[in-house]
Order: sequence, then C-alpha cells, then structure tokens
Amino acid sequence: MEIEITAEEREAIKTTVAEALEKNSYRRDRLLPILQEVQGRLGYLPREAMEQIASSLKIPEVDVYSVATFYNQFRLNPPGEHQIKVCMGTACHMAGGHIIMDSFARRLNIKEGETTPDRKFSLERVACVGCCALAPVVVVNENVEGKVRPTRVDGILMALGKEIGKKNEEEKR
Amino acid sequence: MSRQVTITIDGQQVTAAEGDKLLWVALDHGIYIPHLCGIREKEHPDASCRLCFVEVEGLPNPVTSCTLPVKEGMVVRTRSERVDRLVRTAFELLLSNHRLSCAKCGKNGRCELQKIAQERGLKLKLTRMRSLLVEKPVDDSPEKFYYDPNRCVLCGRCVWADREKAKIGAIGFVRRGMDRRVAAFWEQPLADSPCIECLACVEACPVGALVAKEMKE
Repeated sequence: MEIEITAEEREAIKTTVAEALEKNSYRRDRLLPILQEVQGRLGYLPREAMEQIASSLKIPEVDVYSVATFYNQFRLNPPGEHQIKVCMGTACHMAGGHIIMDSFARRLNIKEGETTPDRKFSLERVACVGCCALAPVVVVNENVEGKVRPTRVDGILMALGKEIGKKNEEEKR
Repeated sequence: MSRQVTITIDGQQVTAAEGDKLLWVALDHGIYIPHLCGIREKEHPDASCRLCFVEVEGLPNPVTSCTLPVKEGMVVRTRSERVDRLVRTAFELLLSNHRLSCAKCGKNGRCELQKIAQERGLKLKLTRMRSLLVEKPVDDSPEKFYYDPNRCVLCGRCVWADREKAKIGAIGFVRRGMDRRVAAFWEQPLADSPCIECLACVEACPVGALVAKEMKE
C-alpha cells in the first residue's frame, strides 16, 4: 500500500537527503551511513530519498533498494502514530506470535512492515523484547502487552482510538 | 601468456594455463562438473551454488572447483562419495525453493538443473526435504521476455550480465534469507525499470526464471 506524501514532506526529504549526501562527501562507500542518517532524521527511507541518493551517487536505484531491504534496521514506510511491534522471538513464535501478527494485519488491512494510509498505525515484527514468560508479546508504543490472544487484538486497537465495527454498520445502512 | 601446467582430472591428463580456475579447465576438456553460479570472467567467484565440489589429492575436504586455481601436478577427482553427498544435498536445497513443473516451463530441455540431474543421476523432485516455495507473481511486463521468480535459483548470472555486459543496472538482489530475490527497484515490474530488454540476462539465466517470449509458443 502506497503512502501519500505531501509537498511539504517532499521538500523535507529533499533537503535531508542533500545534507546527508553532503556530510558524506557523495562517496559511494558511504551509502550505509547516508541511509542511516536519512532514516535517523525522517524515521524511514522514502522511495524519493532512495531515488535521489542513487542519482547523486551515480549508482543504480536497485542497489540502494538492495541495501535498504537487506538490513532489518531500515524501514520503507513511515512510522505510524501508534507503533505496534509483534514479537517473533523463539518463545513468542512457539506461542503463536505469527497468529497475532496475522490478526493485526487483517484488522489494520496492512502487511507486516507497512503503515496504514492514514498513518495511524504501523505494524512491525521484532526479534525478542525480553519477557518471554509473557509470550506471545506485543509492544504497543512503549507498553508491553503479554499473553496476547487474537481476541485481545481488537481491544488493543480500540484503546488506541481505532473504530472497529462502526464502518460495517454504516455500510449496512 | 602464463605458464602451462599439466594436471590430472579423473585420470585424464590435461594442460591448462597456471592459475585458471579448475571448473573452466575441466569444462573446456569435456569433463562435466555441475555448476550454476559460476561466471568465467569473474575474478572472485561467489561459489554460492555449492554444486561444483571436487576432491583434490592433498586437500582434506572437497573444494569448490570454481574458486580453485590449477597448479602443476594437481590430481583431481570429480566424483567421490563425499562430493556426491554434498552435491545431492545442495541440489535438493535448490529444488526445495523451486517450482517443479518442468513440462510447463519455458526452459524445459535446456535447463541447467535438468542437465545436472541427468549427469549426476539425481531426481528432479524432493525426497528428503519439503517444499518451501512461496508462490510469487510472474512478471510478464517486458515485451520480449518474462520473469518467473518461482523458478529462480539466485545464481546471480542475470545480475552480472545486467551490470557487466549490458551495463544497465536494472536488476539486483533484494531482501534477504528466504525472501531473497532478483528484482528491480521497489520491486516494480521490469517494464517500469531502466531495463532496455537487451536480453543479456535472459541469455545468462541457466533455468526457467528469465525466458524469451517467442520460445514460449
């Protein structure tokens, strides 16, 4: 799902990338620090930023994309207002972490690593949050939710202001 | 010209330029060693397909022949129990992530996997492993060829051809682990990429991943 970018954001991306490139003397071998700098300031790596980096460094666009998708550190979608991190560590995996991930993905109608078009929610997987006794664990913003069941998913989202069910009722009318 | 050396491969004496990689020396002399990722012109081979193992006298373990420079008096065996085991496992690992419907494949009969299976008496089906293939959509956007990621073996020959022969830079490896695949920027269709459809990558592809369209019938 493509997230729309405002003209203002476009401008911010442009200047941020230009500064990051300048800081690293437009060196190809500094691609990784450039990407880190851009993500550090924008919170993610927009497509426009990658295109600009590629053309400035005179390398194929796909090479920038290749590096950005290789490292888990980089995200391609803007962080949502509420960040939902589903743990996929060993314990959570065994306790059905992927089922919880699927439940969120279905409710928010986005895939893992994506952000809702209204930028309210972003969904991502994390390796381990260190409280395996509570598996499966979900970290919502900075709060840890333990022993999450698929039935808990709606409750978590409603607490964050997502309107669930209402849309369907409107459609029925 | 570099010094000529004499080596023995499977009891056969062959001469080659010192420092040439064993894989290509053997192939030039009609001795078949399975290989997928090997590129003759590449100075530092990836050695990622793990299919070209051979036994060399004096070395404790089988080695990949694509990375081994030939030396005077080298004695090589292309088959041994250990080599066969390594190749068998590497081959089945490749197949576990490969769409196995040869009859429907555009490269049927010209496929390197089929050739390896025939040469080494391997089966083109999974016996010990289960299939981990996740069906990905076929990119039918280019006019002259199509790209089926389900049949890709990630050998990297198309990426090399795209960079070194065509000098375009339209495709590359993206993501990692089980999600690793060859794709264009933002995984957009190849028609929207800088691809000029020179077919260098299609020529390089050893399997049915990149296939020219007119051959499809």
